[in-house]
Amino acid sequence: MEVVPSSQLYYTVCLLSLHNHHNFLINQFHKRMISLRVPAPSSFNLQRLNSQALERRWRLGRDCFLSFSPSCVENRIGLGVRSTKSEMAPFTAAEEETLPEGLQPELMPKHVAVIMDGNGRWAKIQGLQPWDGHRAGVEALREIVELCGKWGIQVLTVFAFSTDNWIRPKIEIDFLLSLFERTLKSELETLAKNNVRISIIGDSSKLPKSLLEVINEVEEVTKNNTRLQLIVAVGYSGKYDVLQACRGIAQRVKDGEIDVEEIDEGLIEQELETNVTEFPYPDLLIRTSGELRVSNFLLWQLAYTELFFAQELWPDFGRNGFVEALMSFQQRQRRFGGRKS
Amino acid sequence: MVDQIRRMGGGVSQILEQIHGFARRCLFRVISMGPLPTHLAFIMDGNRRYAKKRGLKDGSGHKAGFSALMSMLQYCYELGIKYVTIYAFSIDNFRRKPEEVQSLMDLLLEKIKSLLDKESIVHEYGIRVYFIGNLALLSDQVRAAAEEVMEATAKNSRVVLLVCVAYNSTDEIVQAVKRSCMNKLVKHSEGGDRDIERIQLVDVEENMQMSVAPEPDILIRSSGETRLSNFLLWQTGNSQLFSPDALWPEIGLRHLVWAILNFQRSHSYLEKMKKQL
Repeated sequence: MEVVPSSQLYYTVCLLSLHNHHNFLINQFHKRMISLRVPAPSSFNLQRLNSQALERRWRLGRDCFLSFSPSCVENRIGLGVRSTKSEMAPFTAAEEETLPEGLQPELMPKHVAVIMDGNGRWAKIQGLQPWDGHRAGVEALREIVELCGKWGIQVLTVFAFSTDNWIRPKIEIDFLLSLFERTLKSELETLAKNNVRISIIGDSSKLPKSLLEVINEVEEVTKNNTRLQLIVAVGYSGKYDVLQACRGIAQRVKDGEIDVEEIDEGLIEQELETNVTEFPYPDLLIRTSGELRVSNFLLWQLAYTELFFAQELWPDFGRNGFVEALMSFQQRQRRFGGRKS
Repeated sequence: MVDQIRRMGGGVSQILEQIHGFARRCLFRVISMGPLPTHLAFIMDGNRRYAKKRGLKDGSGHKAGFSALMSMLQYCYELGIKYVTIYAFSIDNFRRKPEEVQSLMDLLLEKIKSLLDKESIVHEYGIRVYFIGNLALLSDQVRAAAEEVMEATAKNSRVVLLVCVAYNSTDEIVQAVKRSCMNKLVKHSEGGDRDIERIQLVDVEENMQMSVAPEPDILIRSSGETRLSNFLLWQTGNSQLFSPDALWPEIGLRHLVWAILNFQRSHSYLEKMKKQL
């Protein structure tokens, strides 16, 4: 059959419009695929809201509202948010809580690291202001510190403020740092009574002077405590830590103390900021809010750390979330490159 | 007559393959509507467990793993992902039983040599191959074969495959630190640079062996374990981590597609953060 030029044009136009329509269909299909929220085939755990968590949230919300007025802030000791756990009673070894069912004492991790993500999102969902989210986050941290002390975990590292967080609005940064300062001052007595040692790691050059003074005081007062070591990472990032270790080593090489050929992993480990503790490598890293990234927290130290990603936002991650993470940790097979046989 | 039947049978499987390929290309077309990762990293975990599960003899888990690797590479390069890194052998794996280490080294040597064949995947996709790691720890044969492949593929530029052999991220960082210190010492003795202690981040990063590729966008570890095992610690600070329960030989297209969809979901947020930095 002969093809007339005009019909060729007609066919081309048809094909082009079909192609455009084709592209549009593909785009729609892609949007559908992206919006699929089926849980991925992985070992991550899902959010569980129980009545206890709901009640605590309501109480926090109520207290946040009460504390927001300036007159209340002056009258309160310590933080604006008050909860039943504010007054951490001193506990002795005799009152130590037994581990919940399912957890074995010999398989408890020695060092747990936590990325406290999700305060802002939590506040948004609750209809509160972002600073209330951070306050709620401090409450959640208090609970976890208490649990670590009771259950025999020896080191707890928390990611409070990253070098990447300096890009946040100034008002938020100022609030966070002043919240940190106030918390340290108010909790110092409680922590000292409970035999908790505090260490702060990170780049302190950008921190305000008043905060640095408080940090020095807190570290000095608690330096001989032995029950639990709480390491707070402020202005910290994994790459920064390795870089400052590298600079320390370079200085030692320049001074003739060591030879370039002698640089090895042990040397770098000694120079890292986590040398403040006997167990610098976390056994378990917990990140809340469902993000599946490490975000440059503890680079070198995470070589063999078990990672646990929780779907809950940090203020909701209480005892239940922590127990889940520990149970998941205890079930894992850690081989360190060798063979388990 | 028998020949005719054989040709028909071959024809049927060919048709099935073509249908598969067509369906796959359609799927890739849909996924490409969103942002695609530039660099994918794989930890190929679970070969021995697979062999045990199937009741096969010891070495065959790794062979099955190799064919799974070839299909994953094919999918990645068809999709247009430019860099793929795989964790073939860690320095910690030298601690395994000598027979196992030897059989792994033999398999490695065989597969490295096969990369030089005319019909290999290297020529099909124009792959440039890098071997990253402390190659001095390997036997002379394996090292020589690896260097030969690196040289032979040096001119390819379409896509890149980085094979990490005798690799540990901490070891890589130590080597980079050594080199940065040595460079600074040399500059210092030449009277150029006065401040040896002001080693910058870029100095360390450019001395890393993995600096030939950008940071991975997604790190996929098979067999459901969620840990990094000393792999790319420096480079995966902002990578999306994905750990399907499937053992490495069981990994398939669906895991890759799911990983990329997850990446696309959080991509816009991450790009915003990167721009702010």
